Amino acid sequence: MKPGTTTAACVAVLGRDLALVWRRRGDALNPLLFAIIVVALFPFAIGPEQATLERIAAGAIFVALLLAMLLSLDALFRSDLEDGSLEQLVLSPHPLSLLLACKVAAHWLTTALPLLLIAPLAAQLLHLPAPVLPVLLGALALATPLLSLIGAVCVALTMGMRRSGMLLTLLVLPLIVPVLIFGAGACNAAQAGLPYAAPLLLLGAWLALTLVLAPLAAAAALKISLT
Amino acid sequence: MNRLVLWFHRLGSPPYFYRFAGRWLPWLYALALLTGAIGFYGGLVIAPADYQQGDSFRILYVHVPCAWMSLFAYAFMAGNGFVALVWRIKLAELLAMASAPIGAAFTFVTLVTGSIWGKPTWGTWWTWDARLTSELVLLFLYFGVIGLHQAIEDLRQAARAAAFLALVGVVNLPIIHYSVVWWNTLHQAQTVNLLGESKIDARMLWPLLVLAFATHVYFFASVLARTRAALLALESGKAWVRALVAPATEPAHG
Repeated sequence: MKPGTTTAACVAVLGRDLALVWRRRGDALNPLLFAIIVVALFPFAIGPEQATLERIAAGAIFVALLLAMLLSLDALFRSDLEDGSLEQLVLSPHPLSLLLACKVAAHWLTTALPLLLIAPLAAQLLHLPAPVLPVLLGALALATPLLSLIGAVCVALTMGMRRSGMLLTLLVLPLIVPVLIFGAGACNAAQAGLPYAAPLLLLGAWLALTLVLAPLAAAAALKISLT
Repeated sequence: MNRLVLWFHRLGSPPYFYRFAGRWLPWLYALALLTGAIGFYGGLVIAPADYQQGDSFRILYVHVPCAWMSLFAYAFMAGNGFVALVWRIKLAELLAMASAPIGAAFTFVTLVTGSIWGKPTWGTWWTWDARLTSELVLLFLYFGVIGLHQAIEDLRQAARAAAFLALVGVVNLPIIHYSVVWWNTLHQAQTVNLLGESKIDARMLWPLLVLAFATHVYFFASVLARTRAALLALESGKAWVRALVAPATEPAHG
């Protein structure tokens, strides 16, 4: 690959982010632990009766995983902002939206993929019926990139703010409500024996749209908040 | 250029807008009060009781104009936000940020009056159907815009960031409007049509339209008042503001 091309720049950004996470891979476990702990809180809160837990399992797992991803969003740009490389990205001749898309991809790979891997464990903890598990994994596979992309736009807006954690949550959650409704809705439909393809297809359509538009929006938002 | 375009461009100048808003404010408030009184008299006294709900339907005259205003205020905010982001016009930034708390208040009143109306008629204070949920999401979007605006120190950058967020959330407006069409909702489907026949008695409809007009006028009066205050805050170091505040202490020349 020729150095200096946009492809090389994107691969470099992706590789750098993955390498940085690998060097501190202990930190990458935090969202996993958070998700498992939140899932474990439900039996403590509503009682260990299997029938009750089965009813809410899909939704509770969805909420726990989305919250875990939300917590890790803040770190998306923070270290780059602190050492100045974020400004170098903005100033680079390559399209900022592509570079940000690579950063979001690295975030998804290092946060959402491990969460997807522990989703079956969480499903066991809450007695999720076995036939629903593939639907849950499919819905999560569609919902987590949506969360990464929409979250990236909101993180770009709150860049440079100290203690922006709670504000970020307030900004992302209203935008993520439809994803949750349709993702958990697909799982609940599958659990009730009803057709579940429609919500998943809608999620897929939104993902396609967001994959194109969110990096552009994040780039514009970053330019607004860095000036 | 013609006089209308010239006047429009003049409105972008802070001191001119300040004087313009100051002149029109009392008239707008008076008009809103007058038409509001007429509308409320028509709705609470003249309109006949509903055949099914009796007199409890009259909360419609608060709930529906506020609901319409919650959507209009967001569209107004998003429109001004778009102008602010593209053309960097100071007044557009201020108008957008001034309309956010007003829209949030209208949304809150919509949700509360709807809840009060729902208790005797539906038997519940709240239900998670599409219309109510999307209106609640609208309230959270307003809070997000207001919160983001408060969190950034530089006023102009804060307004631009919040305007961007408002534009991202504008997708919620058609969702709210069509929620009763796309989903099976507990909330009533569309009764009042802009083009075509409305499914409501004319004696009940005219106070509703008068109140819709009154709330729009009140909204514009509120926006102008808030923008005036925000303008003073933004331009606090400028000569025209100093002249407003302390005209008598101008140093004598010579």
